Amino acid sequence: MPAIEILSLEKIYNVGFWRKRAKRALRPLTLTVGDGEIFGFLGPNGAGKTTTLKILMGLVFPTSGTARILGMELNDPRMKAQIGFLPEQPYFYDHLTARELLTYYGQLSGMDGKQLPSRVDAILDEVKLTDSKNVQLRKFSKGMLQRAGIAQAILHDPKIVFLDEPMSGLDPMGRREVRSLIERLKERGKTVFFSTHILSDAEMLCDRVAILNQGELRGVGGVAELTAGVHGKVEIVWHGSAIPSAIRSMGAECHAAADTMRAVLPEESQGLALEALQRDGFRLISLTPVRSSLEDYFVSQLDAQAETVQVPTQARSN
Amino acid sequence: MNNRIFQIAINTFREAVRDRVLYNLIAFALLMSGAAVLVGQISLQIERLVVINLGLTAVSLFGIVIAIFIGIGLVSKEIDKRTLYTVLSRPVRRWEFISGKFFGLVGTLVVNTFFMAIGVFGALAYVSHHLERSDGWVLLALYFIVLQFMIITALALFFSSFSTPIFSAVFAFCLFVIGSFAGDLRNFAAMAHGATRWLASTAAYLVPNFSALNVISGVAHGQSVPLQLVVLNTVYALVYTAAALSGAVLIFERRNLK
Repeated sequence: MPAIEILSLEKIYNVGFWRKRAKRALRPLTLTVGDGEIFGFLGPNGAGKTTTLKILMGLVFPTSGTARILGMELNDPRMKAQIGFLPEQPYFYDHLTARELLTYYGQLSGMDGKQLPSRVDAILDEVKLTDSKNVQLRKFSKGMLQRAGIAQAILHDPKIVFLDEPMSGLDPMGRREVRSLIERLKERGKTVFFSTHILSDAEMLCDRVAILNQGELRGVGGVAELTAGVHGKVEIVWHGSAIPSAIRSMGAECHAAADTMRAVLPEESQGLALEALQRDGFRLISLTPVRSSLEDYFVSQLDAQAETVQVPTQARSN
Repeated sequence: MNNRIFQIAINTFREAVRDRVLYNLIAFALLMSGAAVLVGQISLQIERLVVINLGLTAVSLFGIVIAIFIGIGLVSKEIDKRTLYTVLSRPVRRWEFISGKFFGLVGTLVVNTFFMAIGVFGALAYVSHHLERSDGWVLLALYFIVLQFMIITALALFFSSFSTPIFSAVFAFCLFVIGSFAGDLRNFAAMAHGATRWLASTAAYLVPNFSALNVISGVAHGQSVPLQLVVLNTVYALVYTAAALSGAVLIFERRNLK
C-alpha cells in the first residue's frame, strides 16, 4: 500500500467580487508516494504545491478527485493521528512557550499524558530548542519558529511528515540541520513529503521528485532518471593553448588552464569536436559526460511549458 | 466534553488571560469603588438601588464588549495567523474546534463575571454596611447575564464563520441592541397588521430575547425572580446558543481555509 495516493485531484477557486470567475489552482493531479520515501514536491511560487498540501491536510476541499493517505480517507481522524504537518512560514500561538505549545499539540494528537512531558523534552532537544523551552513564542526568531514548527510536526512520531517549504527563511546552518533531520526521519522509516523551490536541497535529499508548474504536473521520478535526458553535455580536455575554430563555432564554453584547454559543448557535437582536435594535431586528455542538475531539468520543463503557452490556439488545434 | 474540546477551551482561556483581557477588571474595580464612595455621599436610601443597577449594567456591558470583540476573532484570527492549520491537521474535527473556542471564551467570561460579582457585592456591603437576603437575587441576575454572554459569543462565532471581523462585530452588536428591545418588538408586532405584523413577529422571534434575560431593574428594587423564569431562560439560552453554534459549525465545515 502506498503511503500517499493522489487520484486526479483538482482545485478550482471561484474568485472576483461575485465569485463567478474560475481560477484553476490545480489541474487533475495523480501521484503516488511509496512508504519510507523522501519525496520532493517542486515548483515555482504559485505552482500549486501549497494547495495540494492543504487538500491533503483537509484544510481545503478538492473540486474533484480524491486522495488517500495510509489507505485512509483525508478526513479520517485515525489517519491524522499518524501524520505530521509543517505549514509554510509557520506561526504559532505566541502566548505559549515552546514547551506549552508542544504539550498542547501532543494533547490534541491524543498522546499519552504520562509520556508527553519526556517526549516534549526529547523533541525540543532534537531541534535544539531546549534552552528556549520556557520562552514565549512571541520572542522567537524566524529560524526558531521554524524549528518549533518541525518539532510539532514530528512530536507524535508520525508515519508520514508533510513539510511545506521547511528550509524557507533558514540560514545555511539551519538548512543543514533540517536536511539532517529529514535524513534521520528516513533512517527511522518515515515517509517525508516536502515542498520546496530550493532545488539543491531536493537534489541532495529526495528519492523521487515531482515538478509542478501552474497547477500542472510536469514530471515525476528519481532525480537521476529525470536529469538523464536533459540536453546532455560533454567536457573535452586537451593539451595545448589554442582552441580550434570549429569548436569555437559550436558555441562551446571554453576555459584555458596552464597547458591544457577545456571546452563544454552539446553531446551531439562531440564527434565533430574530436575530429577538429585530431585535424589540428591536439592531444586529447579526457572526454567526460557532464551530469545535468535537477535545476537544468526544472528549467527545461518550465521553458517547454512557456513555449506551449505561446503556441496560438488555432495552431494547436490543427 | 471530550479531551480535544477541553484542551482547545483551556488554550483559548489562557490566550485571553495572557493577552490581558482580564485587565478590564481594573477599570471595573475603579468604577465600583468610585460609585460606592460617591453614592454613599449623595444619595439617600437609594444607595443599594444605584449600586446594583450600575454594577450589574457594567458587568453586562463589559462582558458583551469582550464577547463580541474576542468572539469575532476566535476563528478569523486563527485563519489569518494560520495557527488553525496545525490544529486541523491533527485528529481534531472542525466542530470540536468551534466548540472548544466557544467554551474557552465563555469560561473566560464566567471568570471575569465572578470577579466582577465580588466587586458588586463589595460595593453593596460598603454602602449599606451589610448584605440582605434579597441580595441573593443579584446572583440570579448575574446568572442571566452569563446566559446572555453565551448567546452573544455563539452569535459572534456564527458571524465570524463566514464574514469579516468588522461585519461580524456590527452584526453581533446590532443583534444585541435589537435583542435588548425584543419585548417591545413583540408588543409592536401584536399591535401591527398585515405584512408589518408578520415581519415584526418574525424579527421578534428570530433575534435573541435579551430583554427576558435582563432582570437588573427588578432585582435592584428587591423583587424576586420566579423559578419558572429561571428554567425558561436557561432552556431558551441553551437552545438559542446551540442553534447559533450549529450554524457556525455547518458553515465552517464547508469552508476552504485558503
